[in-house]
Amino acid sequence: MTSVPPKIVLTDVHKSFGPKVVLDGINLSVARGESVVVIGGSGTGKSVMLKCILGLLRPEHGSIRIDGEEVVGIRARERDQVMRKFGMLFQGGALFDSLKVWENVAFGLIQGQRMARAKARDIAFDKLAQVGLSAASGNLFPSELSGGMQKRVALARAIATNPEIIFFDEPTTGLDPIMADVINSLIVKCVKDMGATALSITHDMASARKIADRIAMLYKGQLIWVGPAKDIESSGNPFVDQFIHGREQGPIQMELRA
Amino acid sequence: MTNLLAAIGRVFIAFLSQIGRVSAFTALAVSHTVRPPFYPRLLLRQMVEIGYYSLPVVGLTAIFTGMVLALQSYSGFARFSAEGAVATVVVLSVTRELAPVLAGLMVAGRIGASMAAEIGTMRVTEQIDALTTLSTNPFKYLVSPRLLAGTLMMPLLVLIADIIGVFGGYIVGVYKLGFNSATYISRTWEYLEPLDVISGLTKAAVFGFMITLLGCYNGYYSRGGAQGVGAATTNAVVSSAIMILVFNYLITALFFGQ
Repeated sequence: MTSVPPKIVLTDVHKSFGPKVVLDGINLSVARGESVVVIGGSGTGKSVMLKCILGLLRPEHGSIRIDGEEVVGIRARERDQVMRKFGMLFQGGALFDSLKVWENVAFGLIQGQRMARAKARDIAFDKLAQVGLSAASGNLFPSELSGGMQKRVALARAIATNPEIIFFDEPTTGLDPIMADVINSLIVKCVKDMGATALSITHDMASARKIADRIAMLYKGQLIWVGPAKDIESSGNPFVDQFIHGREQGPIQMELRA
Repeated sequence: MTNLLAAIGRVFIAFLSQIGRVSAFTALAVSHTVRPPFYPRLLLRQMVEIGYYSLPVVGLTAIFTGMVLALQSYSGFARFSAEGAVATVVVLSVTRELAPVLAGLMVAGRIGASMAAEIGTMRVTEQIDALTTLSTNPFKYLVSPRLLAGTLMMPLLVLIADIIGVFGGYIVGVYKLGFNSATYISRTWEYLEPLDVISGLTKAAVFGFMITLLGCYNGYYSRGGAQGVGAATTNAVVSSAIMILVFNYLITALFFGQ
């Protein structure tokens, strides 16, 4: 067990945009099959952290290892290999609006893995059924679906290639509480079924409690608290307490100036 | 005074860095266009979009240009009794100059704008990031088919515009100005050289490349929601229109400058 390296390891990751420091030394390790949720306010750099791991942004400093392999600054071809391990659920869904729903779900199979369309289509409809969508909706375009259904399609697309690691960027944002819970349950089910490693970012505490094995809190570019999800209520950390209870008063002062 | 100099310097530096970024984008786009994987379906769709759906607007532009050219040169040349040159003037002006430039400007408005808007929207809704996470290179998937289609289809469009433009001149010449049909046609061919048409088609290929390149570039780097996409669209059209006029001169100088 000890010989297996953790799935994702971030060591001292720094990223800034001009003078604005967004990530200021992030250290985080995610074990195989584990679900870690990073919480934090808007604009604390949660998305930037995810995009650094995905290679969409390049950190100035620090190391990011996937399965023990360094991914910061690797060549495009090796990046493609690493990318095959990933699935990602984007905040706004990021569905391709020029493609039908099933083509969206099958995209990674057809374009990424060069699978035959007919076979990919079958898998796509399987995945759609898995997230509770009928075959009829597979032939619609994303704009014809409601927000909750679009989220489900995006989830189906994220899991279509059976990725080893799945990232969830604010999976419940913009959904009503019931649909949010449906999505949370689907995430838990899909991740557990596939034995995948999950890294999510959210500011929705109900979602965090439901899908997380461990929770980490990001504040001012650093992870100020990391611990098991059940300990979040008794963290003893005033920043965490203020955040999870959503209080205006506390050590975290909202910067009202841009 | 120093402020003024600083302002000029800033504008100049911004201009140079813009040129640098466009050049880097161009190099990347071209290198991805010539390396597999290729997307023939997408290329075909773009070729239809650029070549076929631009036909009405380019055809209308060409026919009226040819017509007005015949009318103008007739009344102008009548002052020194050179009415006989109308057919020659029409065919040379249209093939060398007016068909490529006017078709280029029309296509810049039609295609450049729509490409910038489409790719820009994909950027701000994270669809371009989604492509990357689905193991698909956005340059190969989005930029290359457009670039190739633009470069291939513009010469074809301009060839058609040449024919329609000359036909427009013929209609006015024969039915309004009283030229003999056979004489007009023989005058049209008499002084026309292959290089006149070839230079026009060369211009068309360069313009097609410029229009699609700047459409993709502005869309790809658009920022900040609807406003950013709007700005990208404007920039795409304005910059490609200017590039068309600049390169029109340069290519003309290359072909016919002594």
